[in-house]
Amino acid sequence: MKNNPSVAIGLWTLTVKEVRRFLRIWVQTLVPPAVTMSLYFVIFGSLIGPRIGSMDGFDYIQFMIPGLIMMSVITNSYNNVVSSFYSVKFQKSIEELLISPMPNWTILLGFVLGGVCRGVLIGFIVFGVSLLFYPEFTVANPLLTIIVLLLTAILFSLMGFINAVFADSFDDISIIPTFILTPLIYLGGVFYSINILPDIWRSISMANPMLYVVNTFREGMLGVSDVSITFSLSMIVGFILLLSVSCMYLLNKGIGIRQ
Amino acid sequence: MAFALEINNLKKTYHGGVEALRGISFTVNEGDFYALLGPNGAGKSSTIGIIGSLVTKSSGSVKIFNIDTDKDLSLAKTMLGVVSQEINFSQFEKVMDIVVTQAGFYGISKKEALPKVENILKRLSLWDKKDQQARTLSGGYKRRLMIAKALIHEPKLLILDEPTAGVDIELRREMWSFLKEINENGTTIILTTHYLEEAEQLCRNIGIIDKGEIVANTNMKDLLGTLNVQGFVFDLQNPLNQAPEISGFPLKLQDPLTLVAAVSKDRSINALFDELSKLNIKVKSMRNESNRLEELFIEMVNSNEK
Repeated sequence: MKNNPSVAIGLWTLTVKEVRRFLRIWVQTLVPPAVTMSLYFVIFGSLIGPRIGSMDGFDYIQFMIPGLIMMSVITNSYNNVVSSFYSVKFQKSIEELLISPMPNWTILLGFVLGGVCRGVLIGFIVFGVSLLFYPEFTVANPLLTIIVLLLTAILFSLMGFINAVFADSFDDISIIPTFILTPLIYLGGVFYSINILPDIWRSISMANPMLYVVNTFREGMLGVSDVSITFSLSMIVGFILLLSVSCMYLLNKGIGIRQ
Repeated sequence: MAFALEINNLKKTYHGGVEALRGISFTVNEGDFYALLGPNGAGKSSTIGIIGSLVTKSSGSVKIFNIDTDKDLSLAKTMLGVVSQEINFSQFEKVMDIVVTQAGFYGISKKEALPKVENILKRLSLWDKKDQQARTLSGGYKRRLMIAKALIHEPKLLILDEPTAGVDIELRREMWSFLKEINENGTTIILTTHYLEEAEQLCRNIGIIDKGEIVANTNMKDLLGTLNVQGFVFDLQNPLNQAPEISGFPLKLQDPLTLVAAVSKDRSINALFDELSKLNIKVKSMRNESNRLEELFIEMVNSNEK
């Protein structure tokens, strides 16, 4: 009798497939963030930035770098998983996975690792671009920076997965990134410190989850933050656990993928 | 005899209340070539979907080589290969990558998979297309790729859901011979098809499903043996203007050179030849009419409707 197959090989295969997918379409996946962020650095960093002056004691472009990296990591890890998982549903190639002996947790982890790889790679690309505009940038706390980078990519990959599970059309995979994620990111302290806001808006901003992600990363890169790092890290890890359990529930129940 | 598949009281009701399966039970012997037939919407794809865990069952049990899918689904799946009705691979990947990836999902490393992939692609005449994107393949080659994918982990049970739909005759015959070969080498095959000639040619046992119930589950020869009338096709040497009238043998002219006769089981075909000779009708060759199963199928499905 055959034995249960190697889970590690299945997981590796799915992860490689996911990485190969976004590398194959690198013009759509890797180049746009580099181009867009270059424009941000030129316009807001080099042209407008000097007129703004300093933010939390840093040059404006320097302050903006962690925020822009985080923005790229969030959108790319989310978009990678939501578009890839929805595509395999749409093309029915999800059947390849469902018929195979791979346990549900490896399917989830494979897609999440694909999203993490893209998110982290984009993070490094954007950081590389930022060095062209601000070569003297040094990372204050590399360990915290890497930890937050990875946790953020995991968190938003899981969110993308849930979006894809419930999506019934290509419209459904763009609604949340366009109407929820992007506004929250822009208002989450990418371009400014919430200390410059009036009290009421500062209080409202504290309810924006992106603020914690962006500021924790800024703490790693610059050593300053508007929020408590311990609280933020706990919340990120807590949400990762909650979303992982939710994803597994959806997969085990077959919601959105099995009839 | 060990069973490759045991289905017991399987029920499926979809959201919205559509009852696709009403408690079907059947078994497929190890090494069998089994036809699962039924009209559209009868429950064939639901049954296959549940076996392949693409569809969640409402109740009942499925055992693959005596492994209950409720107890060890992963192990049961290693025994199973499924060729779905619709193309279900990424159209943008290369043929080789698709099959190697599929092997990986079954725990076969790339190094171990490569010789197997080469072998299966060569057997299915896909080797010279291994570096092509799947979307550039013709419909027939896409079907072959589906079969290559399903066989890469060497399953003991292969289920094919209408594998030759939309495939030209030449390729269909090639696929028949390939399926016969792997069945002779020990793979149990379950086939659903709308080409009843295909089931008659390939399968030893047959199940007919209609409205979510099994209406027949028997040996192909026994089933065909229940037909009281057998059709014969005669190729004539000289053309006729109209079918001759011979008592006890209903005849019809398919074209001036082809005569079709319905011969009941209690009549001898020699008697028909004698009568044709008396009328100076010379027969060049003769063959069985190949729609016998179709007649039975329609009869069974119609009687189930009453």
